[in-house]
Amino acid sequence: MTATKAPTPPPVQQRVVRRAGDRIFAGSAKGSGIFILLVLAGVAAFLISEAIPALTAPAEDIPGGEGLGSYIAPLVLGTLLGAVLALLVATPLAVGIALFVTYYAPRRIAAGLGYVIDLLAAIPSVVYGFWGLAVLAPALVPFHVWAADNLSWLPIFAGPASTSGRTMLTVGLVLAVMILPIISAIAREVFGQAPALHREAALALGATRWEMIKMAVLPYGKSGVIAGAMLGLGRALGETMAVAIVLSGGAGATLNLISSSNPSTIASNIALRFPEATGLGINTLVASGLVLFVITLAVNMLARWIVNRRADFSGAN
Amino acid sequence: MSTSTQSPVRVAEEPSGPIRPQRKLPRYAGLGLYVAGLAAGALLAALTGSGIALAVVYGVVLGTLAVYVGSRAVEGTRKATDRLVTALVTTAFGIAMIPLVSLVYTVLDKGLARFDAQFFSNSMFRVVGEGGGAYHAILGTVIITAVTAVISVPIGLLTAIYLVEYGTGRLKKAITFFVDVMTGIPSIVAGLFAFALFTLLFGNDVRLGLMGAAALSVLMIPVVVRSCEEVLKLVPNELREASYALGVPKWRTIVKVVLPTAVAGLGTGITLAVARVIGETAPLLITVGLITGTNLNPFDGRMATLPVFAYYQLTQPGTDTQAFLDRAWTAALVLIILVMVLNVVARLISRFFAPKTGR
Repeated sequence: MTATKAPTPPPVQQRVVRRAGDRIFAGSAKGSGIFILLVLAGVAAFLISEAIPALTAPAEDIPGGEGLGSYIAPLVLGTLLGAVLALLVATPLAVGIALFVTYYAPRRIAAGLGYVIDLLAAIPSVVYGFWGLAVLAPALVPFHVWAADNLSWLPIFAGPASTSGRTMLTVGLVLAVMILPIISAIAREVFGQAPALHREAALALGATRWEMIKMAVLPYGKSGVIAGAMLGLGRALGETMAVAIVLSGGAGATLNLISSSNPSTIASNIALRFPEATGLGINTLVASGLVLFVITLAVNMLARWIVNRRADFSGAN
Repeated sequence: MSTSTQSPVRVAEEPSGPIRPQRKLPRYAGLGLYVAGLAAGALLAALTGSGIALAVVYGVVLGTLAVYVGSRAVEGTRKATDRLVTALVTTAFGIAMIPLVSLVYTVLDKGLARFDAQFFSNSMFRVVGEGGGAYHAILGTVIITAVTAVISVPIGLLTAIYLVEYGTGRLKKAITFFVDVMTGIPSIVAGLFAFALFTLLFGNDVRLGLMGAAALSVLMIPVVVRSCEEVLKLVPNELREASYALGVPKWRTIVKVVLPTAVAGLGTGITLAVARVIGETAPLLITVGLITGTNLNPFDGRMATLPVFAYYQLTQPGTDTQAFLDRAWTAALVLIILVMVLNVVARLISRFFAPKTGR
């Protein structure tokens, strides 16, 4: 993109008149760009400045009384647990949906179906929380009981089963629904861009539709799917309201998905405690927010790096 | 790339032996087998006395198996695998439809109970039981979102203009990269940022509508930049060059040629960005809080907003629980309607203001 657009400098040019309007406009445009960088730096700086009191405070003053590390660690575990569960559920589904919309659905309705999936992304997260609490959690209670009876040899299904269904398992599924449109939108885009020549060559040689997809589409779209999954992971890590409403979290650090004593997540813990927090409590919550910020920043940077790397070589065809 | 170009060749060599007669299932046999599998699943569920959900699961599994086995017996492995994947992929789409349909149905079902004039005309001032409404919260949401748009749109649009028209070298790369990274900031972190910023400026325990708008701006600006940048890139370079050739300064070219050409896409992108932030709850929860009365001044004190209103109605109901739950669901319904209207408006903008390129 940049290579084709870069203006070639004119060899000999008379001195250009610098108009005031041009300078003001260019300056304000550039200023806005720099302002955005400052905001991002400001987010980090202000979070750190508010978190410092918690970082330097003696361990027994932190809520929980055992120091910042042991306050945040279970929350980090809960955050990762829910997000990874969501990712494991959502990624295969999203790839299937993207393939269905790009290569299986009738052409005439395919765009409409894609739009319907995008609607899932438009629904506010607090509404997902409502739905998870009122519909999904009760609906999953039988599965909780069944899993506790039959699968309790797995650490994640150790039980005892929660009677309300407001567990990490339900949260993971709600998060999966929320990140589904993100992953499938990106997967759809890259699958649609798979070179037509490769696809048609495969079909012309007698490949079935699945063989064509396996040979021409999936290798091309792989990095796009990975990047989409990473972006979905970033979203799931930072999701607040749905988790805060659905999960009835305890303080224990456990991998058990179906009991009623799951660790909470960083974001939902902030949302639940912040309105009533005072003094050092606020600083502690901001410190945990800083941890979340760093985690999501790392995940997103990795995702963008993968996307950009792909953009570099896909421009070649 | 080399693998994908070589592997078709390998497949092409396969039928070079004695040519087998193509055996195919009749046209609707696949569908018929699937339906038969569904019926068997329903029967199985009825025999074991399970609910509808399990019946559907049994049916889909058995239907998929029936298609695979039937096709494998008649058409061979390759065709059977193809049919299996078709069934799986379609099932994946069907699974994604379940939450969407269920969610919309639930919100409509529970939200219509209080979807009345009182909900839109009353606030919660001195309401402890039935009655009351979200007048204050709806207005609060509109005001805070408007302030957010006033902050975000100029900054986002100018940055997009910088990236497309002026930007070069390292600064452009840095801005592009960090705007992408910013789209992934968790909303609660944006809220904490606004809280930290205003606490440093105005002291402890400050709660302002403006704080919420600042937090939402952190979320909205990158979305505006991304969508505006994509749209501005689509403006043909010939238009700019024609303008320069007539001696028009660059800034006038941008204002009079580039932006009007792209106005449809810009409008769509900005509307979608508004739709993205209007339902945000977490940052408002920790920066704006909630009040029961009507406060329309974003520069003074707490305000009510629709998502936070819905959240507290649901999670902290008073003695008359049902009245609170009804209000919560109606607020959720109004929120969904707002977002959907914005999405439709965005589509209409792109349809009616599309540039007349003649292509």
